[in-house]
Formats: sequence, C-alpha cells, structure tokens
Amino acid sequence: MSIFLDQKTRVIVQGYTGRIGTFHAQEMIDYGTNVVGGVTPGKGGEQHLERPVFNTVKDAVRDTGAEASVVFVPPPFAADAIMEAADAGIRFCVCVTDGIPAQDMMRVKRYMRRYKREQRMTLTGPNCAGTISPGKAMMGIMPGHIYMRGNVGLIGRSGTLGYEAASQMKAMGIGISTSVGIGGDPINGSAFRDHLERFEADPETELVVMIGEIGGPQEAEAAAFARDHMQKPVLAYIAGLTAPKGRTMGHAGAIVTSVGESAAEKVEILRAAGVGIIVRPSEFGNAVTEALAKM
Amino acid sequence: MDIHEYQAKALLAEFGMPIAKGGIAYSPEQAAYRAKELGGEKWVVKAQIHSGARGKAGGIKICTSEHEVMEAANQLLGRRLVTNQTGPGGKLVGRLYIEEATDIEREIYLAFVLDRSSERIMCVASAAGGMDIEEIAENSPDSIVRVSIEPAVGMQDFEAREIAFALGIGVAQLAESVKALKACYRAFRDLDATMVEVNPLVVTRSGRIIALDAKMAFDDNALFRRPRISELRDKSQEDPREMNAADRGLSYVGLDGNIGCIINGAGLAMATLDMIKHVGGEPANFLDIGGGASPERVAKAFNLVLSDQGVHAILVNIFAGINRCDWVAEGVIQAMQKLEVAVPVVVRLSGTNVELGRQILADSKVNLITADTLAEAAEKAVAAAESYQATLAG
Repeated sequence: MSIFLDQKTRVIVQGYTGRIGTFHAQEMIDYGTNVVGGVTPGKGGEQHLERPVFNTVKDAVRDTGAEASVVFVPPPFAADAIMEAADAGIRFCVCVTDGIPAQDMMRVKRYMRRYKREQRMTLTGPNCAGTISPGKAMMGIMPGHIYMRGNVGLIGRSGTLGYEAASQMKAMGIGISTSVGIGGDPINGSAFRDHLERFEADPETELVVMIGEIGGPQEAEAAAFARDHMQKPVLAYIAGLTAPKGRTMGHAGAIVTSVGESAAEKVEILRAAGVGIIVRPSEFGNAVTEALAKM
Repeated sequence: MDIHEYQAKALLAEFGMPIAKGGIAYSPEQAAYRAKELGGEKWVVKAQIHSGARGKAGGIKICTSEHEVMEAANQLLGRRLVTNQTGPGGKLVGRLYIEEATDIEREIYLAFVLDRSSERIMCVASAAGGMDIEEIAENSPDSIVRVSIEPAVGMQDFEAREIAFALGIGVAQLAESVKALKACYRAFRDLDATMVEVNPLVVTRSGRIIALDAKMAFDDNALFRRPRISELRDKSQEDPREMNAADRGLSYVGLDGNIGCIINGAGLAMATLDMIKHVGGEPANFLDIGGGASPERVAKAFNLVLSDQGVHAILVNIFAGINRCDWVAEGVIQAMQKLEVAVPVVVRLSGTNVELGRQILADSKVNLITADTLAEAAEKAVAAAESYQATLAG
C-alpha cells in the first residue's frame, strides 16, 4: 500500500449529498477510489451515488468498515466534522474545506491529543486539494489524469502549484508515488515533517519534493527532520519570493509575521540542512530528473 | 480584519482591561467638546488610523487647552497620515480619539498572538515597553517573556502572575495586572482575534495599570459568527482595489511592478510572481481568482488588474484542473472582447484539454500572446511590458 491509501482503502465522504461533495465524490469514484458511502446528518438511510448515506460517522464506520474520510463540510461546521471522524476511528482524513476559523483548528488539534499517538487519526488540510496515489486512488479535488504513477513523493500546501509540478514531471516521464496536500491554513492537521517521515519509510518512494511557501515554522522543522532522519534525497521549492511582509498572499497561512518566515530565509534554512533547492518554479521537471539521475 | 485603537480599547475594557477616559470626535468642534466633557487640564488627541507608529508620524498630539485640542483636530482630520507601516500613500484620518492624559511611571509591551509553532494562543510580553516588538527583539531579546496558553482551560491566574513578576510589576499592581492579562486573553479567545497588542501597557505615577494604546486584528474566517466585530470595519482604511477584490471573492495584493497577474490558486500565483522576478520583471499585483477560474471571474480579474495605471502587460496563468482549458480560453476571449484591453496580454493555459484551449486562443481574433510553459509565459510578459512601455515613451 502507498503511504495512506490504495484501491482497497474504504473511503467515506462527509458532506456527501451537498453540491460540492456530490461532484467530487463522483470524480473520486470515477478515478477508482473505493468510496463506500457518505455522511450527511439527517439523511441517514438514503442512497446517494448508489451508495448508503449515514447520519453519523460512527454509523458509517460500523456498517462499511470505512478507514478514511474526505470532508467537504462548510467552514462553520467543518471542525466539528473532523472531530467526529477522529472519534469514530477514521485513520486518515482529508479536509478540503477552505475558511475554517483558526481557533477552531486550534481546538481540533487539542481534541485529537486525547487519542494515543498510534490510534490518532492523520489529518491533512484543511484548505488542501487532497491526496492521490496515482493509478490507485484519490481523495480530494485534484484532476487525476495529470499524475503519473512512479516513485517521487510530493508534499505541498497549494493545489494548483502542486498540479504544475506534477505535470512538469509527467511531461518528462517522472511519476509520483503519493502526492499529499497539507493545505494553506495557519494551523493545519499535519506538517511537511510528518509526511517526510512516512515517505522515508515508504518502499514505493525514492525521492521527495516539498513545495512550501512563506509563513509559519513548518518548512524549517522539515529541514531539521530531513537533515537528521532521512536517507532519501529531498528537494524543495518555496513560493513567495516577492511577497511583502505582513500581507496575506491568498492562503490564510501565507503571511510573513516573524523572523524566518520569508521565502529567502526558508530557502537558506533548507539549503543549510542539505535539502536540494529548486530555484525556479519552471524547473520542477528538470530538477527531479537530475536528482534521480544522481541516485 | 483590523480595527481602530478606540474600538479595541472599548472591547478590551468590556473584558476588564483598565483604560483611560476618552471619546471619539469627527470634527474639531466635537474634539473640543469631548475635552470639556472629560475635564482635566491635559488631553491627548490621537489620529485613528489602522497603523502603529502614529506618534512618530505626528498623529498624536498632547494639548493643554480646549483651543489646542481644536487646533490639533483641525490639523489632523482629513489628512493622510504616513507612518512606516502605511506605505507612501498613508491612511486617511477620519476620526480622532480624545483621551485624558496619563502620567507614565513605566511602559510595558504586551501582546497575544496565534502561535503557529505551539498551535496555541501565546502571550508575548517585555518589560522594555515603548518600542515595537521588532526593536525589542533586536535590542533586548532576553527581556521577552513567552507563555503559551492551554486552550482547554484558558489562561490561569498563576500564569498571569508569573508573567507579571517576570515583567517586574510591583506587588501593589499585581491583582490589576492579572486582570489586565486575562482580559486580553479572553477577548482574544472569545472574539476570534488573531492579535491583541497593548503597547504600551503603563503603570501610572498613581500606581494604576492602564492600556495606553491597543490594537486588535481578527480572523476573517471567523467573522461569520462575530457580527459585532464586522460592524467595526472601516473601509476608508483599506486599499480600494483590495477591498473591491475581496468583495468579489478574489484575493488581490497590490505590488510596485508593471506586469499585471491573473492566476488561479494562491501557490501558483506566488510562484508565477517569483518567475517574473527571476526573468527580470516586476509583478504589479498578486491575484488569486480561485481554483474554478470561471469566465465571470476572469472578466472581473481583468477589470481589477486594469484599474492599476502602472500595468504595462498582463500575464494570465491558469491551471485547469477540475474545469477545462477550452472553457477557460473562451472566458479569456470573452473578457478581452468586452473590455478592449489596450496592454499586451500573455496567456498560458495548462491542465485538462490544454490542446483544445490553445487552439481556441490561436484561432481567436483577439490580440493576445500565447505561451506553453511557465518560463516562456514570464519571459514573454516581461518583453511585452518593455515594448509597451517603449511605445508609451515614444
């Protein structure tokens, strides 16, 4: 199995019967994801997209054996949906929702600490495009056809910039083992570091590309992890060279407020830790080709 | 979202923060009346703009008569105040806060922020008040006290006491300090703030604790449940283009260059700006039109980018994921036909149905430059901007 999912992974969709949930659930089914049902409180017992709808995540887990969940619930209710998934025993959760209040996420992270580390759900996002193991399964909103199956692990905050990187690689015949979106919010479920650890242990992955941006401490933490705990090569691109201090660049988390958070500083920290730097965003394909050739 | 000093003080006071007496004024007459109402012999007239460092910019005046208050108000109202945080355009002074003067014994820096490392609300304080936090971090980094608060139980009295002792606050002011610290924390938590800054928090000669200045910023994503905070928004303090964009669901940040940018997705937008810089150009703006990139959004984006007179070329970079390039191409052509764009436009599409999208652009009667890769798009945009600028000059 890839780091989080494959064709067999049983996936449910929270916010299943809504417009956005319906559209993307269908896309996931078409890609080959094993969607076993969905949750919309109050619509339990109905059928939707030829699959059962449940009132609660616990009901869905009990009846379908669901292990993974994608959250398309609107921002005011999304934190609640994530905690419900964590409490029902879901192992891997992708939250696509953009616009969740930061303090809601603070509470979600605090809530999840009630579970032992080995029982704790892995959350990616919110405000992310999702996770895909090409040719196997996809959870989220990404266009599956731009990814080719291969041995490069990809971790990124942004959706479309991740697509850009994946298609540059595909054009040069390079495939991806798993692409993980961690999202553009200031407080997110998991960080670059968490996924570097998984890719290091993943037999399907030989090299990891991380796509970071301005704001927050997570790229620097990843740099330290790569230096101290990784054998596999890591390449990084950091977006936001031109971003002025104190301005939010689209993503709620993309804002430079303190020392070490600018693109230039992050690049230096990563470089010093031995991470290969992709200087231009037009060079994802070339840089990965070169790095693979050196292995 | 930012609010004014007087609004922040009023909110903090509701949670128990002691503040000086004061009142708001929109005219010199009202300012003088406020001074009379407050009584005393010394007042501070404070320009209300969304920026710090107002004192150094001449936005805070100490007055000793009602006449002086009126004079100061006359000078400040309607003026654009330029501080080191506002940019060269400054910010319009539309209202003043008239406050009774405080005799300061000592100044303390106090702030609460959302700490992304601990993923908690963190108190940041320093006994070296009267400077901004960057200066304190540079001049006396050891004076900074940081305490992160456990969200499940909130700030405890002992934590507030520890901070107060670390700041060297006297025993006589201890209870009042604990109250002030907890007021800031509760206001932060209960109102979905992203920042509370009291700089300075002062100990007065008579031994009182007072928030002499206050600044609060709020989480835009939480405004749906904070209607009272939304009402405090002062649109005169915002960049009109950015406000216009935000009201249309677009995310825009004005920059100083001459290449207008229309991109879908925040990460791709930042990367495209970086690419322009790498090939020797300067972007005029950051603009994320969202993942969908519908024709309506593309048209709105053109309007917005073209409202900047400094734009000499436009770069459209759309990655069609869930939607299709042919559809985006139609949208770009429609928008350009409707708006009669004078500056050169470079369009780069990628993703779903890219061949069809490029064909539609190539077959259209609209005058645009196409590019296949990110590097090519940036190079062509920089070249187009240069030649357009040359024709303007010639």
